[in-house]
Amino acid sequence: MDNIEVTPNQDRELSVVGKPIPKLDAAQKAMGRAEYIQDIKLPGMLYGKILYSKFANANIVKIDTSKAKALAGVHAVLTGEDVPKKMKMGFIKDNPPIKKGRVSSFRDEVAAVAAISLDIAKKALDLIEIEYEELEGIFDPEKAMEKDSPLVHEHLKSNVLKMPWNIHYGDVEKAEKESAFVVEDKFTTTWVTHCCMGTSGAIALFDAADNLTIYSNTQIPSLAQKDFLESLKAMGLENKRARVIKPIIGGGFGSKLDTYAYEHIAILLAHKCKKPVKIMFDRVEEFNATSTRQPTVIYIKQGCDKNGRLTFRDMRMVLDNGAHTSWGATTPSVMLMPISSLYKVENVKYNAKCVYTNNTYSQAMRGYGNPQATFAIESSMDILAEKAGMDRIEFRKINKNQSGDETPQGLKITSCGLEECIDAVKEELKFDNNSEKGVGTGIASLIHVGGGARIYGSDGCGAILKMDDYGKVDIFTGGTDMGQGLDNITAQIVAEELGLLAEDINVVHSDTDVCPWDVGAHASRSTFVAGNAALGAAKKVKKKIQEFASKILDVPAKDIKFKDRNVFFPGDPEKSMPIGKLLRKAHFSPNGTMLMAENFYDPDNRNMGKDLKGNMSMTYSFGAHGVKVKVDEETGKVEVLEYVAAHDVGRAINPLLLEGQVYGGVVMGLGYALTEEVVHQNGKNMNANFRDYKLFTAKDAVKIKAPVIETIDKDGPFGAKGIGEPGCVPTAPAVANAIYDAVGVRIKDLPITPEKVLAALKEKKGD
Amino acid sequence: MATKISFILNGDKISYEIKDHWTLSYLLREEMGLIGTKEGCGNGECGACTVIVDKLAVNSCLYLAIDIDDKIVETIEGLASTDGTLHPLQQSFVDNGGIQCGFCSPGMIMSSKALLDENPDADREEIKHALAGNICRCTGYIQIFESVEAAKELAVEDKGGKNG
Repeated sequence: MDNIEVTPNQDRELSVVGKPIPKLDAAQKAMGRAEYIQDIKLPGMLYGKILYSKFANANIVKIDTSKAKALAGVHAVLTGEDVPKKMKMGFIKDNPPIKKGRVSSFRDEVAAVAAISLDIAKKALDLIEIEYEELEGIFDPEKAMEKDSPLVHEHLKSNVLKMPWNIHYGDVEKAEKESAFVVEDKFTTTWVTHCCMGTSGAIALFDAADNLTIYSNTQIPSLAQKDFLESLKAMGLENKRARVIKPIIGGGFGSKLDTYAYEHIAILLAHKCKKPVKIMFDRVEEFNATSTRQPTVIYIKQGCDKNGRLTFRDMRMVLDNGAHTSWGATTPSVMLMPISSLYKVENVKYNAKCVYTNNTYSQAMRGYGNPQATFAIESSMDILAEKAGMDRIEFRKINKNQSGDETPQGLKITSCGLEECIDAVKEELKFDNNSEKGVGTGIASLIHVGGGARIYGSDGCGAILKMDDYGKVDIFTGGTDMGQGLDNITAQIVAEELGLLAEDINVVHSDTDVCPWDVGAHASRSTFVAGNAALGAAKKVKKKIQEFASKILDVPAKDIKFKDRNVFFPGDPEKSMPIGKLLRKAHFSPNGTMLMAENFYDPDNRNMGKDLKGNMSMTYSFGAHGVKVKVDEETGKVEVLEYVAAHDVGRAINPLLLEGQVYGGVVMGLGYALTEEVVHQNGKNMNANFRDYKLFTAKDAVKIKAPVIETIDKDGPFGAKGIGEPGCVPTAPAVANAIYDAVGVRIKDLPITPEKVLAALKEKKGD
Repeated sequence: MATKISFILNGDKISYEIKDHWTLSYLLREEMGLIGTKEGCGNGECGACTVIVDKLAVNSCLYLAIDIDDKIVETIEGLASTDGTLHPLQQSFVDNGGIQCGFCSPGMIMSSKALLDENPDADREEIKHALAGNICRCTGYIQIFESVEAAKELAVEDKGGKNG
């Protein structure tokens, strides 16, 4: 098929980039030799455990830890009284790692212990006696906005967070009046959670000078280091060092973008006990005490003219923030992107309120708000197309984004393969061939940041590259591999640039003592930003090698080429040398030198201004998903028959790992669409296990085709854009649209369970 | 209470004094340092801890260590040949993108091995059935199925690890 063929490279023949090289650490993992946080034991290590609140909202009247302290093998018991006043978590610092006086959710930490064994630590928790005075809780964010609602934090006087999410581009009121067709709907999404197969955990220890080392499976080593240094400062440990070591990470998906109570509590316990302290979550804790994707209530109104051109989009959201504030409260900054810029629409209004409740607090999860916003937008696109009497695919193509566009938010669209993605889906899925009863097709598109995302002062990543005497490379990157494959992306980029093989490149990304700064593995930014950081370092070393080789081979430096572990002068077989040999010559000569380079790449993107405008990413990733479903009208069960996920990735640095990102994203998205829900009842998690939290299993796996559209982005490393998150962004609306196509019911509340489908079918039939 | 048990672990005869309440995953991971067997839930729900006992794939987090007395136990550590050659399943998981974060991989590979040992020609549906108890959050399973199918081909040339 022409439109999904890999675009030939115009610059030069590539020998490593673009190849499906297996993940560099896969053999270690396949042999069971990879060490995760679960697997690490240090000499003298103690085991920490955390006690959580028994109520969603309560005053702590009294805590008695004497029996726990007296238990043999217990080294320390901490309560909120032992936490320094300034030790708080979250970007607005509203959350101490152990609460004092008041708890505001079931996951609030009330005490912690360290003991010589896990069993003793657990026993000690049972011996802590706490007297609570239960208070009325508030669990519905819209009710929490009402004037007489109980307050989650009384001193704030309101449950609504002070966040700036209020924008108006163009003139929505005028555009609405001039629209030929307008639709208005309400959508809701609920809590889902990352379900990393490796649960969360940390080991903290101090050296004799009170410098901290912490092992943690974090996605943000540099920002975590900053958080930990702030904790040390709050503990009175000024001017100390905090070293963050990342073991192999058993899944991230956004869950590890903040620092958490277990890490800060491990630090407190380790300091108190003068021993390493490990806190490992069990699966129940992982469900209860890690942060979810934030639930939303979404009101959307959009319109088009008689030719099907979008005229305006007006959206309002209420986000359940939970009892404390983590990055969940900033997801509207990313929601703004699809709201203002998925398809061409000049007049856009968006208001989001993040509201405190006594529920669990939300955080980042793959897509960072985009899946929620896109669920509403793309469901509404189908509703509007139907009202306007237009073909839903044609309607999308009329409004497609294109290269050279600047959107109302100020996003500059550079490379854009949206139309090609839509065409690829159309070609693969045969939309008009749904004669079978209960079978239907759906489509939905996406825009996502693909070239970094400046939501912090720096969006940069550093890389240090050194070559040894044998032609091998060690590259120390700020970027984080959590299974998605950044180690390969880094190695393939460096190998390509230096004429080496991927196996010649050792990628070190595990230790803040040796790796430079990076803002974190989020926003699908690592291939683009960490990739460019590595590429820049490789280019610097390459230039040095060329200069040296020029002297040895007696040819102009710029003409020296690199391939198959050799440097050579094209056209003269005599002028060639293995890179290793050249490096040894450079090293072992008078005034010898070793070849290394450092590079810090900070993309030329912009923070949003006060008007919330700004080109937050250097480039944007696009995609379109199509799905064919069969709905059983007797049971309401939805079966996914076929799935096509077409993505504009700039360039596929590694097609094998790229497919893995897309497949994994789609299946996570299908869970979001159909099965996954953390059931909260008055703030309490009712399904903290894999029996009742319904992930897709091997039995549920679906056929997925993943056409790759290569648009060769001008700023991406070898033209690549990010692809980590996009796979799960348009999945839910594609499924919802297919269900409507199949049986004529529109489900506006995720997940689309058989119960909801059945109820809607009954309502439609007038039962 | 302590009990002395004897069993074959990855081809080696072992005698070990265990506490009666120990699970097999505890014995392997915490006592014997065989960290290749992962524990993802401790409740038999995720399959990360899958090992093979007398040819049957079991969740070692639920299986009591005392019950392996006189039995043959295979773990992920026993699959590769002594010369370092990966077992066909390990190699095909590596080559076909069956591994991302890798936490589920040892369990996936052991469940797949139990299947192929019994049914070398297992088709896609049989593979799906055999892996139904092994959860993966990274891959969407497709490349895992492809890995198992590719391993069937590789198995023809298998030189064999300790567990054959």
